[in-house]
Amino acid sequence: MAVLNDEQVMLRDMAREWADNEGPVGAFRKMRAAAPAERFDRDAWGAIGQMGWAGVVIPEEFGGSAFGYLSLGLVVEQLGRNLTASPLASTAVAASAIVMGSSDTARQTWLPQLASGEKIATLAVDEGPVHDGAVSGTTVVGGRLTGAKPFVAEGDGADMFVVAAQDGLYLVEKGEGVTVSHRHMADERSHAHVAFDNAPAEKLGGPELTAAVVDRAAAVTCAEMLGMAEAAFQQTNDYLKQRVQFGQVLSTFQALQHRMAKQFTELQLMRSAVEGALEAIDAGRSDVDQAVSLAKATAGETLKLVSREMVQLHGGVGMTDEYDAGLYLKRAAVLEVLWGNSAFHRDRFGRLNGY
Amino acid sequence: MATAPELDRPADALDGFRQEVRSWLEANFPPSLKGHDNSMSAVEGPTEETPEQKAWREAMGAKGWGVPTWPKEYGGGGLSRAEARVLQDEMARAGAWNPIGGMGVMMFGPTLLEYGTEEQKQAHIPGIVRGEVRWCQGYSEPGAGSDLASLQTFAEDRGDHYVVNGQKTWTSGGQWADKCFALVRTDKSQKHAGISFLLIDMDAEGVETRPIRLISGQSPFCETFFTNVKVPKGNLVGREGQGWEIGTRLLQHERSSLSGGSGSASRMNAGKSVPEIAKKYRGADGEGRIGDADLRTRIIKHEMDQRAFALTLRRAALEAKGNAGPSAATSIMKNVGARITQDRAELNIEIMGMQGLGWDGEGFSEDELAQTRSWLWGKAVSIYGGSTEIQNNVIAKRILGMLDHQ
Repeated sequence: MAVLNDEQVMLRDMAREWADNEGPVGAFRKMRAAAPAERFDRDAWGAIGQMGWAGVVIPEEFGGSAFGYLSLGLVVEQLGRNLTASPLASTAVAASAIVMGSSDTARQTWLPQLASGEKIATLAVDEGPVHDGAVSGTTVVGGRLTGAKPFVAEGDGADMFVVAAQDGLYLVEKGEGVTVSHRHMADERSHAHVAFDNAPAEKLGGPELTAAVVDRAAAVTCAEMLGMAEAAFQQTNDYLKQRVQFGQVLSTFQALQHRMAKQFTELQLMRSAVEGALEAIDAGRSDVDQAVSLAKATAGETLKLVSREMVQLHGGVGMTDEYDAGLYLKRAAVLEVLWGNSAFHRDRFGRLNGY
Repeated sequence: MATAPELDRPADALDGFRQEVRSWLEANFPPSLKGHDNSMSAVEGPTEETPEQKAWREAMGAKGWGVPTWPKEYGGGGLSRAEARVLQDEMARAGAWNPIGGMGVMMFGPTLLEYGTEEQKQAHIPGIVRGEVRWCQGYSEPGAGSDLASLQTFAEDRGDHYVVNGQKTWTSGGQWADKCFALVRTDKSQKHAGISFLLIDMDAEGVETRPIRLISGQSPFCETFFTNVKVPKGNLVGREGQGWEIGTRLLQHERSSLSGGSGSASRMNAGKSVPEIAKKYRGADGEGRIGDADLRTRIIKHEMDQRAFALTLRRAALEAKGNAGPSAATSIMKNVGARITQDRAELNIEIMGMQGLGWDGEGFSEDELAQTRSWLWGKAVSIYGGSTEIQNNVIAKRILGMLDHQ
C-alpha cells in the first residue's frame, strides 16, 4: 500500500466499509438476478454519488474534490474486492476527458452533474473485440459523429459517451442518433453495442487526448483488478484453512503453500506497478504511458494467475455458481481484455523503450 | 488539491549537514579513486590496497561513515537515517565508494550491537568500523543446510572455556577471515534450544579451512574444520541456548542485504541492459526492434519484472518509513531478486549463444567470459541465505498464516 495522506486513508476506509457492507458479492448476485437494464443498482449508485466518489478527479470549482487518481484507485479497488457493479470508474474517467479537453461549455455544463452522480458517462473507444488503438471506423462530419462501438463497458446506463473518432475525442449525449443494445457477457455486467448515426458531437481534443484518456481508463481498471486479485487470493487462503482432506486442513500441504506464496509474491509486484501508474498520472510525469503499460501487463498476468488458481484450489465447489470463484474468474477475464491485454501492453512497453 | 504525500523531511533542515559532507568528501576522497572500488566483500579475497585506497579506508573508518547509523561510542557514524541518506547521496554524487563492508558490516555488527555485552561491543565493533577485521559465518554444516537447526558442531563446557569440534561448510571468505561467528551446539538433548552463538578466532589452533571449487570455477566458500579448538567463555554472545534466536535475527540482516543478487554479478552487468546486448548480438528488425519476436517478448517480460521489483523496493522503503513497521512486501524481496538475477543471466547467455559460454582463452572478450561465470555463480542466489523454497515456507507460514502439517 502506497504511503497515503490523511484524506486518502479516510477515503479508503470509508470505501472499504461501504463496499463490504452495502456492495458485497451478494449484492452483485441480487442485481444479476434482477437484471435491470443498466446492470447496476440505482440505489447503490445514488449512495456513491452522495459520497462524492464520482468527483474524485474533478476540480473543486466544478463540484469535485480533485483528490487525484491514486485516490480514485483506492475507491475502485474496494469496489473491485467485492465485485460491486457500478459505473464509477467509467464516469470518473469520462469526466476526466472533459476536464482535460478543450470545451469550456462541456466543463461548465456536465462536470457538476457528473461529480454528483446525477449523470453517468462512459468511454466508447474500441471498434473490435481487442484493444488495438485503431479507431478508423468512426468519423465526424459537420459536428455529427458516425460509427459503431461493439463493446462499451457501462454503455447500458450511460447518459453520455466520450467517443474516439479518427481525429480525436468527442462528447455525445444519449438521444438523437445513438442506439444502445445490451450485450450479455460472461461477467454479467453492463456491456453494450453502441451505434452512432450522425449523432450531434462536441469535440474535446485530438488523438493525443484519446491516448491520455485511454491510459487513465487502463490505470483505473488496474485498480479494480488489484482489489479483485487481493480478495480472490484472500478467499482462497481462507478456504484452504478450513477444507479438510486426508485428515488435514489443505493449508498444511506444502505444495499448496508454495503456490500461495508465489501468488502473494506476484500480488506485491502487481500492487507496486498499479500504484506506480496512478501516482505517475497524479505527478503529471512524462512516462505515464510506460507506467500504465507496466501496470496493465502485470495486473493482467497476476489477476489471471490468482483467479484461475482460485477455481483450481477450491476444487469442485470452485466450479459451482454458489461459490464466488467463478464470479471473480469471469470478471477477471473481461478486465484482462479491456484497454489492452498483457501482450498488447508488453509490446507497447517494448516500443516505448525502443526494445 | 491532490498532492504527492510528504515523504521526506524538508530539505533545508539537512542543508548544513549536506554542506559538511560535501566539504569532507572533497578533502578526503581523491577523484582519482573514482571507479577503483576496493571495498571489502564477503565472497572476494582481499586485494592489495594502493596508498590512496588505504588512506580513504582509514579516513572513512576514523569518521565512522562506512557504517553511518551505528552508535558513535563504538566508532560508528552516529547519524540519523535522514543524515545517512544525505551521506549516501553525496557519496554517489562525488563517485565515492564505501570501503567498509563484508559480513561484519552486513550481518554480524548489527546483531552484536543488539545482543552483545558492553565488553564484546568494545572489543569487536571498532575493528569492523575501521575495515580492519574480516568476519565469516559458521552456520551451515554438511548435514545442516535448509534444516540449519540440526547442526552438530559441539562446544563442550570446560569451565572457563569451550572446546569446539565439528565441521562447517559454505563459510564465505573463510580462507581470508580473521574471525568467525558460529552457531554451535552446547546441549545435545534439545534441537533449537541447544544452540549457542559463539565467536571463534580463525587463527586459533585446530581451525583449518579448505576452499570449495564451484561450477563457476570460483572458490568463494570454504569447508571449515574445528578440531579441539579452545574458545574463551567471554566469546559467547547472549546466553547458552539463545543461539537460535540470535542466529535467526542475524539472517534477517542477511536477507535484507542479499536481495539485489551477488555484488560481482551486478557489477559485471552494470551499464549494459539485456535489450542492448540483444541488439548487439542478434541485430534489429526493420523498425529497430529486437529481431527475434519470441526473444523480444521474453526480454520485455524480464524488463517489466525488474521495473515492478524496483517499484516494490521503493514502496517497501516508503512504507517502512511511513507506517513505522516492516512492510509485508519485504518477505518477497529475496525470491524476486534471485529470479531477476537468474533470468537476466539466462537471457544473456541465450542471446550470446556459444559466445556466451566461453570458459577461457582466445576468441572471447572479457565481458563474455565474465558472463559465463556470472550465469553460473548466479545459480547460488536462489540457494544461499535461505533457498527460494525456504522463503516460500516463510511467506506461507508467517505472512499467510498457513499451518504446519499435523
